[in-house]
This record gives sequence, structure tokens and C-alpha cells, in this order.
Amino acid sequence: MDDLLKAFRLLMIGLASIAVLLLILVIGLFFWNQNPEIFSWESDSVELSESEELEPESGITEEGIHLESGLVADDGYQLIIANCTKCHSANLVTQNRGNRDYWKSLIIWMQTTQGLWELGDSEEKILDYLSKNYAPVQEGRRANLSGVQWYELED
Amino acid sequence: MKKHIAPNSSHKQESNGRRNFLKKSSMAVMAASLGIEIVHAAKLPTNYVPLAFQDSDPFKLFNKNKELIVLNNKPWNLETPPHLLDDKITPADKMFVRNNGLIPENVDVNTWTLTVDGESVSQSKTYSLSDLKSKFKNYTYQLTLECGGNGRSEFFPPASGNQWKVGAVSCANWTGIRLKDLLKDVGLKPDAVYIGYHSADSHLSNDPNKEPISRGVPIAKALQDETLIAFEMNGSPIPIAHGFPLRLVAGGFPASASGKWLNRISVRNIIHDGAKMEAPSYRVPCNPVAPGTEVSNEDMCIIESMPVKSLITYPKSGAMIPMNKKLEIRGHAWAGELEVKKVQVSIDFGATWQDCLLDPPVNRLAWQHFKTILNFPKEGYYEVWAKATDTNGTSQPMLVPGWNPKGYLNNACHRIAVKVG
Repeated sequence: MDDLLKAFRLLMIGLASIAVLLLILVIGLFFWNQNPEIFSWESDSVELSESEELEPESGITEEGIHLESGLVADDGYQLIIANCTKCHSANLVTQNRGNRDYWKSLIIWMQTTQGLWELGDSEEKILDYLSKNYAPVQEGRRANLSGVQWYELED
Repeated sequence: MKKHIAPNSSHKQESNGRRNFLKKSSMAVMAASLGIEIVHAAKLPTNYVPLAFQDSDPFKLFNKNKELIVLNNKPWNLETPPHLLDDKITPADKMFVRNNGLIPENVDVNTWTLTVDGESVSQSKTYSLSDLKSKFKNYTYQLTLECGGNGRSEFFPPASGNQWKVGAVSCANWTGIRLKDLLKDVGLKPDAVYIGYHSADSHLSNDPNKEPISRGVPIAKALQDETLIAFEMNGSPIPIAHGFPLRLVAGGFPASASGKWLNRISVRNIIHDGAKMEAPSYRVPCNPVAPGTEVSNEDMCIIESMPVKSLITYPKSGAMIPMNKKLEIRGHAWAGELEVKKVQVSIDFGATWQDCLLDPPVNRLAWQHFKTILNFPKEGYYEVWAKATDTNGTSQPMLVPGWNPKGYLNNACHRIAVKVG
């Protein structure tokens, strides 16, 4: 009889434990669903500093910028990645500004001297993209100082 | 090429914020690229970057100060903010990086050789590194190296290339042998007009038949005392980003004349015709042109001496000081092949100028240090402008100087912003 009671008690404890575990799981799932970060032990632990930001997956854009390359994610940016970034990074595109003739002359220069291939039908689309998104901006003979970070100068 | 899954700009991230988003997507990319799953990604320590990605961090790769600005990662080009150039002798971690090609890998100092050849040598000759170091007298000079395109970002219409602001300049101590001693050992023919360098870097297209850059200097420059075949920078082996194990150093000329990873010097009876000697590279219109003019190649002339220039290295732009506090200004000035004879600063956009104390150069072609103390008449926003004048009486312009198609030689006055009160 004692044995039976003991077995019954064990069974109840076992069932209760499973119920508690299930409850925790359900509550956990609920919160996890609300905020997937909640069970990360140190949620900022893989925060990458500015210089170490690893480029996210191809094709992901934020605020109109393709994050991996830094290119404006307008029609044709994939052509830039496909044709330009074999030899040099997209930085060399995004730093520069020019009209259609400027970009055309660069393409010719790269084809003549730097081993760039014929761009075929893509050339017009590439030039459309570059002359629209990387057009020159006139700032006068000397621009105002910009991006000044103010700080108290200590002795 | 990877697949592009969201090619339009309307793709929106959920409200997790950029940091979380980057974190997760970075991990996804890491996992995908490594071909493995990263376990416990959320528990990785701060700033941990898996080994497979470490080579994409130029600061670790080249041991550089974190404040350097990456202009380009293929090829590597990094610029130094002016306040980091305050040292009298530029340390390696604050030296700008300019590359035309891909940095050589697996440099073996035991098998490295330097060959001197060309039309204008009696016979070509090859030296090991230890030959060079032991056979010739060693010299150390502090030499200013400035990229020809330093300041390019200010030209309009814009000029193509890396958009350098003001920090593509350095002045380190270089130790090596005089090129003229080496050329004497090889034996020059009287028709020598130019030397050209050849290096171990590779072209961006990976075409082994192309050199990324092979420039040089006129024979007169090659024979100057300060033109070195260097094997040390600031008393240590030259860092890989700056030319290990051997570099031609020709201070005062565009830094592209100072070939890194040097393995051959050709003594030429013509102006050297290596890569990037040809127009329009490192050339400016022989006669001044209107902004945006198309200039034919035969009207473009090779840049030799860099122009007079100065940089305010202290304080950092953006300093706020109380009224009635004096402000010390420090910086360096250089003038290519010449010396600087005067540096002045202005706090009223050039209406009045105040002379600075100016040190002589420690040797020819080294930059010179200037300093002065400024008083501000009333509270408000100021810009401190610095202007150097060379021994020919030529000063820096306050405006961006003559436009040229490739955006070289912008030696306009440097300025910093200051708030008083």
C-alpha cells in the first residue's frame, strides 16, 4: 500500500513538474514572440563597432541604401555590384560624383587601361543609375565647414 | 555573386533598430559565409569578429589608429584626420594608406632581391636585402610624403578617384641607402633621364601582366642625397601597408613616386613609361584651364614638386573655449622641394594675419612645425585658417586652386572651427 502511495505521489510530482515546465515554456514562447532578444544573455554582446560592422546579407537595404555595398538602392544598383566591384570596392563609386559624360569617360578609361569588359546592354542602365544617383553637387569655391563635432577643449 | 533578395529601396526593416538588425544579419552572413552555424551567437564577447572576417578590418590588419577614415577597401585607402597628425614624426599607426593595387602576400626577406636594369645602366645587377644593407652606407631622413590627390574632394566639377580631404600626408623617419650610391655601384650611362620603379603588388584585375603602378622620378631627383631605398620606418622594419621590405622614398614629390614593395629599378633613357606615368595619372594641365575643361593627354604635364601647404594639427576642429582664454595653435608646413619660410594664421577669414613661430626642417624635405597663441576679441564662432609661404614667396591660396581633371594639388589653406564663450 505504501508502495502504491509512493508511486502515486511520484506520478503526481512528475505530472506537476511537466505542467510547470509547459507553463514556463508557453510563457517563454509568448515573450519570445514579443521580443526575440529577451533570452539573449547579453543582448548587446555582439554589437560591432563602426569599423567592424560586418556587411549584412546581399540585397538588404535600409533608408534607401544597400547595406552591403553602400550604394543607393535604386534601379540598376545590382549592375554596379556585378560589373564594378570585382576590381574595386563600391566605395570608389559612392565617393565620387559626376554627370553622364563623366561616368562614361571613366568606363572608357577602365576598359582601355584597367581590364574592364564590354558592358553591352547594361552600359546605358549603369549610366542612368550613376548619373541620377551620383550627380555632382556645386558647393562654391570653398564650402562651409561641415560635420564639426564640438567639444570643450581641456588644458 | 550572391543572390539579391530585396532589390528595391522600399524594403523596410522592422522596428528592432539598426543595431539589432545589423547584429542579426551580420551573424546570418557570417554563418552563411563560413558555411557553419554560429552557436550561441548572442553570447559572443563584445567586438568579437570570427577569424574568417578579421582580414576585413583594416585597423587590425594594418595596426592603425581607429580614427583613420577608410576611403576604400579594395584597394585599401585610409586617410588620417588632421588632429592625429600632431606628432612631429608621424608614427606608423597614424600614417595614411594609399594603394593602387593589391598588397603582396607572403613576403620572404631571405629571397627578396632588388634588380637595377634599364637602357641606361652598363649592366643589370641584382642585390639581396643583406647586400643592400651591408654594402652601402645607411642614412636616415625625415621625409614628407603627400599623396598627389590630397584635397581632391574639394574640386568642382568633381574629379574621380579617392576623395581625400586633408590627411593624405605623413612625415616619418626613413632609413636606408642612397639611391645615388646604388646607381653608382651599377654604373650609369650618360643618357639616363629617368628612373622607374617596379613592385611586388598586383593589379586589381589580378592580370599578372599588368602592374598597378610603376612610376618614378627624373634622374636629378634620383641622385639627391635624400632619395632613399629604405628598409626601415621610424627605426622598425617598414610596415607591410607602407612597403615592407623595401621602399623607394622620394620626399617632396607626389607620394606615388615612392614605390612600395620595391623589387626593380629601371634606369631609363626616356621618361619612364610605366603604369600611371601616362596621362592623365599624376599629371595636371600644362597651362591652366577653366573648371570642367576636357584636356587632351599631350597637354597634361607630370607633377614633380608638391606645392606649399600646411595643416593645423592642434586643436582638433570644434574646440569650445571660454572667453579670455588664449588658444595655442600647432601644426606642420611643407613645400615640396622647397622650404617653408613663413606660416601665418587668421581668425577673420584672411582680413588680418598673425605670424607663427616656425621651426627649420630637421633635414631637407622634412615638414616644419609651427605654433602661435591666439586671442579672440569677442564671443562667437571663428575659423582659424593657416597659410604657409615657401622660399620662392609663393603662398597657399585660400580658395581651391586651379581645377584639373584628376583633382591633384589642392593646397588651399586648412582651417578649423572654434567657438569662444
